[in-house]
Parts: sequence; C-alpha cells; structure tokens
Amino acid sequence: MAPDEKKAPYTVQIGPVHPALKEPVMFTFEMEGEQVKAVDFAPGQTHRGIEWMGMRRNPVQIVHLTDRICGICGVVHTLSFSLAVEQIAEIQVPERADYIRSILHEFERIQSHLLWAGVAAHELGFDSLLHLTWRVREQAMDVIENLTGNRVNYGIVQVGGVRRDIAPEQHPAIEQCLSAYEGLLEKLLNLFLDDRTIAMRCRDCGILTRKDAIELCTVGPTARASGVNVDLRQDYPYAAYGDLDVRAILPEQHMGETHGDVFDRIVVRLLEVGQSCQIIRQCLSEMPAGPITAEEKLAKLLLICKKAQGEAIGRVEAPRGECLHYVRMDGKESPTAWKVKASSYSNLMSWIPMLIGEQIADIPIIVASIDPCLSCTDRVAVVREGQRSILTKEYLHRLSVEKTRRLQR
Amino acid sequence: MRLLPLIPELVRQLFREPATNRFPAKYLPPTVTGFLRDVASGKTRLIPPVPTPPEFRGKIAYARDTCIGCGLCTKICPSHAIELLPTKKVRIWVDQCIFCSQCTSICPKSSLSMSAEFLLADEDRYSENLIVE
Repeated sequence: MAPDEKKAPYTVQIGPVHPALKEPVMFTFEMEGEQVKAVDFAPGQTHRGIEWMGMRRNPVQIVHLTDRICGICGVVHTLSFSLAVEQIAEIQVPERADYIRSILHEFERIQSHLLWAGVAAHELGFDSLLHLTWRVREQAMDVIENLTGNRVNYGIVQVGGVRRDIAPEQHPAIEQCLSAYEGLLEKLLNLFLDDRTIAMRCRDCGILTRKDAIELCTVGPTARASGVNVDLRQDYPYAAYGDLDVRAILPEQHMGETHGDVFDRIVVRLLEVGQSCQIIRQCLSEMPAGPITAEEKLAKLLLICKKAQGEAIGRVEAPRGECLHYVRMDGKESPTAWKVKASSYSNLMSWIPMLIGEQIADIPIIVASIDPCLSCTDRVAVVREGQRSILTKEYLHRLSVEKTRRLQR
Repeated sequence: MRLLPLIPELVRQLFREPATNRFPAKYLPPTVTGFLRDVASGKTRLIPPVPTPPEFRGKIAYARDTCIGCGLCTKICPSHAIELLPTKKVRIWVDQCIFCSQCTSICPKSSLSMSAEFLLADEDRYSENLIVE
C-alpha cells in the first residue's frame, strides 16, 4: 500500500449486498474518523430486464408482469400501467372499479408503511418493535388476501377495471381491520415517537432540507417529511381520488415543526396509515353500484388493446412516492415501448445530502429512511466486456441525435 | 417523552399466545420424511395450516373432458406456462405458473379452475405433481 493511502479520508465500501442494507446497492464512503465526508453509490445491481419481457407480451399479460416489479407495490405498478393503456385505448373505467382500485391501493399503503416502520426499528437495533409492527401488519395482509386471493402479487387490477368485486359479506372483515388500525395508531405513534431512544437516534439525523428536496425532485413521504407539499392524490387525482378528500400529510401538522430528518419521515409514514384508513372508510361508504370492468370478455379486451395506437403516461402515488409508466402502442399485440420509473428512482439522489456529515453508525437508518426499493428501480445496466460503464446525459443525447439522422435519411 | 414505552407491551407479550401458526409441527422435527411417516401412521398429529381464504388461487385444476382446445389460455398466460398439445388439449407446467388466474377467466368452457392446494414445493420441476394435463 502506498503511504498516501493510509491517510484520511479512508474509503469504506458498503454493498452491493450488505446485512445493513435491505436492498442491493453499492456505497463508497469517504470517511474521516467516524464522519462521512463524501458519498457515492452505484445502483443497478439487480437489473432483471422486465421491460424487455414486457415488449414480447400483450397488455393483459404485462399487467401480471408489472405486479412482479415490486413485491410490495403490487397495485401501484399494475394500476399505473393500466392507466396508461386505458388512455391509449380510450377505455372508460367504471366508477365502481375506480373505488375498488383506491381501496386496494390504500390497503397496500398501510401494509407498506407498517413494513417500513418495522424495518426502520430493526435498523435502529430495536427488534422488539420490528416484531410488534410486523405482527399488526398481518391484519392488512389478511384483508388483502381476502379481497384479492393472494397475499402478495395480487393480480387484481386489469386493463379496464378490476377482476374481483368487493362483496357485502367482505365488508365486516374490512371494517374490523380498519377499526383495529385506528385503535392501534395511537399506540404505534406512542411507541415510535415517545420513545427516547428513537428520538435520540433519529432527531436531526439525515437531514434533507426543503430546498434540497425540491432541487433533487424527491417524491412521496421523503419529500413530504422535508415540508414539500406534494401528493399525486391531491395534485393530479386518479382512480377515485378526485371524489375523496385527500390532503398531503406534512410533519408540522403533528409535531408543529419540520426538521426534514429521519424522525419526520417516521411521523409522516405513521400518520399516512391513519389517513389511509379514513380514505378506505370513505370509499366503502360512497362506493356506487355497477360493473367492475369496462370489458368483461378478455378476448375482446385483447382486440381493443391490439388496435390501440398512441402513447400515454400513467402516474400513481405509490407508498414511496410517484410511480410512472410510459407506454407506446403502435397497433401491434405488444407495446412498442414501455418505460417504468419506480418512485425510489427519484429519491435515491437525496441520499447524498442526507449522508454527508453523519456518523457511520447512522448509515443504515438513513439509507433505509427513504424506503428504497432498488429492485424496482433498476432498469438499465450496461456491461460491456465485463466492464460496467456509465452513460452520461451528453452521450445519450448524441446517440439519439445520430438515430434521428439515420431515420431521416 | 417517556424512556421506553414498549416495556409494558413486552411484558404483556410474555403471557400471550404466539401469533405464528406452528405448521406443521411445534418444533422442527429431526427428519421431515420421518415426521410425515409418523403422521401417516397416526403416531403424531399435524398442526393444520391457516385455512385459505375464499377464492384462493392455488394449484390449477383442469377438466380435460370439457376442454375444446381453443388455445385462448395459451395466448393469455403471462408466463407461457400452458402448452397446447397436438391432441387439442393443454398441458400446464405448474412450476412456471404465477397463479394469476387469468386463464381461468378467459376459458370459455370453464375447464380451468384454481384449487385451494398450495403445498407445491418439489425437488424436481418436471415431477408429476407439477404437471397438469
């Protein structure tokens, strides 16, 4: 080792697979003592080629593929893809289907936020709280299983509507789960926010200022915890959210001030569990009767999708933030282009301002605090002759100009 | 702000039943095959699994006699798990099935349905248990 390399700053690598990270990502830290001086990270370790698979399937098949982009956001991706295809094929979704979509969407948010709360407790070394949160999460999972037939990968949303109705005899199960959560929420808030150990670890740790949050285009609870008032359900309502009363949850509503730290992210997510319960209640009481899908005959639906031409974007507020699907169809069986932008993609860059200046022991909780979902995020990995390369914006622009010129000839 | 609000909850938890259903046995048996043999001969009892919800999507069931061989299911299957045989019947490779139940909804004769069977683990993906035809 050269003598220079022994001097500070030291380089510490965490990843690509590390017990402190729940998802595969490669971090390189420049450390001075215990303090992080500089950070770099390399996602793209779990590229699965889902879009490539999608371009060889018809929209009805892709819906089930989108289910598997993320193990937690099953409804989010299917809904977002369906919204895009419905816009292209000009399918009018029945109102009841919109309400059922919203109900499942909110149940998914409840279970996702509780899952995250458990992971956060685990990252803090507070495993008894992890077990408690995950035990209460089971209730939401049971209701989802009751409504859709599966615990994960629900396969409930289809282009044009939903595949299963909510029968009146299922209402008591939902009602029971909601009232259990409304009773629990107070307890969970108490356990997380009144605990001095959690406050000591999370307060003023991993701060993302409002300015940084806006500049880095963060979305979802990460942005809201920094005081940015964004929520797709209030800003650009989809499904039944136009009829419902949804307001973005900001930490100052509960705590009276915004720090933009890990603690605020816990506050926002826990409060959103309560908000989701209210939304489901409202949906259940206002749900109109009627059909649940625009086109019951799947063979006919396939034909409609085959004829469709055009491009569209479907946007959905996932538990982690905005999720976007771009679809282009040219009158063929399968779409010509399909691009997925998972919500974590927008949030990853916020790691850098959060981590700089923090202690090495706080890295796991700060990394987990944005609820990263890297397997959903990874879209492209360029590996040529065993060498990974990074495509810069300028290079990609040059490629597209060259292609346009080629096409013009 | 209190020091540790979780303590009373933890003490309460000590006297509660565990939330986990201990399927198939309370503790891991020394050999699973030996355990299953004991269950078959009635020496021990199997703790039953949690009942499946209504309309659960388990292993696919195929009514061969009513199938007309239209091949719509092969066209709609997201994972290409269904094969149309020259005899105008289908074969389903359950190891590839993703349990989306899309084929059962497109089948014009309702020859396909989802059963409640979910214990499908196998060492061989081509075992008889995982091929429905």
